[in-house]
Amino acid sequence: MNASHPVELETLYGDYPLDHAFDEMREPSGEVRAHYRALAEALAKLPAEELQRRKQSVDLAFLTQGITFTVYGGDEGTERIFPYDLLPRLVTAQEWDHIERGLTQRITALNLFLRDIYSDAKILADRIIPRELVYSCKHYRRQMRGLQVPRNVYIAVVGSDLLRLDSGEFVVLEDNLRVPSGVSYMLTNRRVMKRTFPQLFSSYGVRPIEHYPQLLLATLRSLAPEGRPEPNIVLLTPGVFNSAYFEHTYLARQMGIDLVEGRDLVTHDNVVYMRTTDGLKRVDVIYRRVDDDFSDPLVFRPDSALGCTGLFNAYRAGNVTVTNAFGTGLADDKAVYAYVPRMIRYYLDEDPILPNVETFLLSEAGERKHVLANLDKLVVKAVGESGGYGMLIGPHSTAAQREEFARQIEANPRNYIAQPTLAFSRAPCLIDDRLEPRHVDLRPYILFGDKVNIVPGGLTRVALEKGSLVVNSSQGGGSKDTWVLE
Amino acid sequence: MLSRVADSLYWMSRYLERAENTVRQLDVTMSLMLDTGGASLESRWQRMIAALGKQTGTVWEGSLEEMAHKLVFDRIETASVKYCVNAARENARQVREEISTEQWQRLNRLFHFVHSPHTEAQFRSNSSDTLASIIDGIYLFKGTTDTTMIHGQGWQFIRLGRYLERAYATATLLEVYQHDLFEQASGERDGHLYLEMVGLLRCCTSFEAYCQVYTADLTAGRLVEFLLLNRDFPHAIRYCVDGIRQSIEAIQQSGGRRAPDDLTAGMGRLHAMLVYTSIGEILSGDPAAFLHTIREQCLRIHELIYRYYVHYSIQSALAV
Repeated sequence: MNASHPVELETLYGDYPLDHAFDEMREPSGEVRAHYRALAEALAKLPAEELQRRKQSVDLAFLTQGITFTVYGGDEGTERIFPYDLLPRLVTAQEWDHIERGLTQRITALNLFLRDIYSDAKILADRIIPRELVYSCKHYRRQMRGLQVPRNVYIAVVGSDLLRLDSGEFVVLEDNLRVPSGVSYMLTNRRVMKRTFPQLFSSYGVRPIEHYPQLLLATLRSLAPEGRPEPNIVLLTPGVFNSAYFEHTYLARQMGIDLVEGRDLVTHDNVVYMRTTDGLKRVDVIYRRVDDDFSDPLVFRPDSALGCTGLFNAYRAGNVTVTNAFGTGLADDKAVYAYVPRMIRYYLDEDPILPNVETFLLSEAGERKHVLANLDKLVVKAVGESGGYGMLIGPHSTAAQREEFARQIEANPRNYIAQPTLAFSRAPCLIDDRLEPRHVDLRPYILFGDKVNIVPGGLTRVALEKGSLVVNSSQGGGSKDTWVLE
Repeated sequence: MLSRVADSLYWMSRYLERAENTVRQLDVTMSLMLDTGGASLESRWQRMIAALGKQTGTVWEGSLEEMAHKLVFDRIETASVKYCVNAARENARQVREEISTEQWQRLNRLFHFVHSPHTEAQFRSNSSDTLASIIDGIYLFKGTTDTTMIHGQGWQFIRLGRYLERAYATATLLEVYQHDLFEQASGERDGHLYLEMVGLLRCCTSFEAYCQVYTADLTAGRLVEFLLLNRDFPHAIRYCVDGIRQSIEAIQQSGGRRAPDDLTAGMGRLHAMLVYTSIGEILSGDPAAFLHTIREQCLRIHELIYRYYVHYSIQSALAV
């Protein structure tokens, strides 16, 4: 710490344990890490009331801007402000460089995997990944076999979740290859933070992320069908009751494209049109925020009215690009996840830069036995779920919950995986008017069109409840801005 | 523009106009009640409900305060201000990407104001202030709409919704009041009738405008002439119909499609009724029937707009 400006930091800390978990701001000795010093000093100089005042002004801004999400399971259409924390999470240039290279490598391999599986499936013939694991995956789409997707890009928009272990090393917890959400919160957090801490922000030299919508638009444009130089690009939303509806409208507005629902689309002769006040208008690229299952009742779930009848055939005919492609959920299946390091070696002949979390496949009898004996220490997850649903956190579970999971695992072992309970890193958060550490993850957003593009930063999700390990917004998690330093 | 989006913008605008109309009529009715001489609470309330176009269904009973509270804050009653504001916001939410951030924030503030327990408490102690605040919220939204949104098709649909709703509401209001105006007007010109006429004008924020045109000498005939045929006052039906016609023309021009004959004809017929008929002819004929025809023509135009721009069949669109 700078000796000439002693800062009374201790008065800022609330209940601030420093234990085995990696603390983003403080060394195990309690000293503030070099890149967090300016932040800590700025905080120490601010009166507590001033911090509270800034927080209230942000709250109000979120409310009047309607930056809310919908909670399922409560009353219909319950809207809540997306919980956030006022303090930024800092990532150094070296750390980011490592993450960026690791994710680029990983996404390239995952895309090659999808292309392979839906064409020759060499990786299965070479016995790198068990056949039954792929074909038993509920997100595998046989309709995609042999279908040529534009530029061979299956996953144009990806959000991968990273954790930081006690060693300080970043690992990948999961890849979201279907319809990853949260990017609007990343952008909104940044706008709010620039307004709330303008001087601190400019003194830090933070790399910008605001061009994300423009990059996304360029990515979508690069995937347009041949012979459509001025493609009509739309964002397909399930509608106003979807929890991420705010994000859909936000992105559509930022990109200047139409936000469409399934009922706005019609297909005729394998061409997709949207209904406008000037008649039917052809659609060339669909940025799809609707799950596979609900996209086309002719091909997928017949009882869904959210998508567009005939969409898949138009896609198959090459008259419209739908992205992400269908069937990409195969590659973010939590059991297939265990094989990603092997995919990287197989397709790229490189060692993985970002490691996986140790994962037990419950379909393997030996691993299953180990897991069932240690349910109280492990985290069990359903392979096809996301958003923190269908999950058992061993150390925080009751005996009854463990019994219930054990029964479900025995009934359908392929549906579950287990991972050790991770002591992932904590970052300081403003709790009341003190700093307290809370567990955080990091979800960078990766775009893949002509090339892989990652805006420096992402959504840092926070388990705002004390001691909680769950960062999902649907389960009491919040977010904070992520500053990648120059 | 997407048909669904046009639909939502149109209804967002109609619902806000409806909320404004309800607030104003309630305010006028409540202030008329202060003068105990005239008509009874029961008959005035029923007349207002009829003027809001709600003749069936709900039973209105209890004290004036209870009924007024329900007309502002009831979530289920379709005539209520809260219901209309909810519907407007829900429509806006579905086209969040089409309207400006400023518009959305304005509407959101109005929504939170109507939903705040604090507002209900304020209404109980001083209803007039609360109603004025709601009207302010709506005016601010309209002003923001006109200054922050591209005046393209979306804006024209908003304008279309506003003027169709207003023309229809003013015609309904006149139709409901015309009995009282003309039956009682023959003979005495006592203070109560004067108050009623001022009330009617204030329902359309037109008392001052009327005075500028005719002085404060209120007669039933002039009053009807003003609200029906004046071409410069924004709440007069003639003015609204001009607005509807301009918006439809603008939508057709920006879309580049030829106007359908029946829409052009329907629009022309309604316009001609208001331009080429004198107030004398209307009053010596059957004014109630005349007003009724105007309402029917408004409904017809609404249907044609929907048939042509929103709910058209795929076959007809592909044939073009």
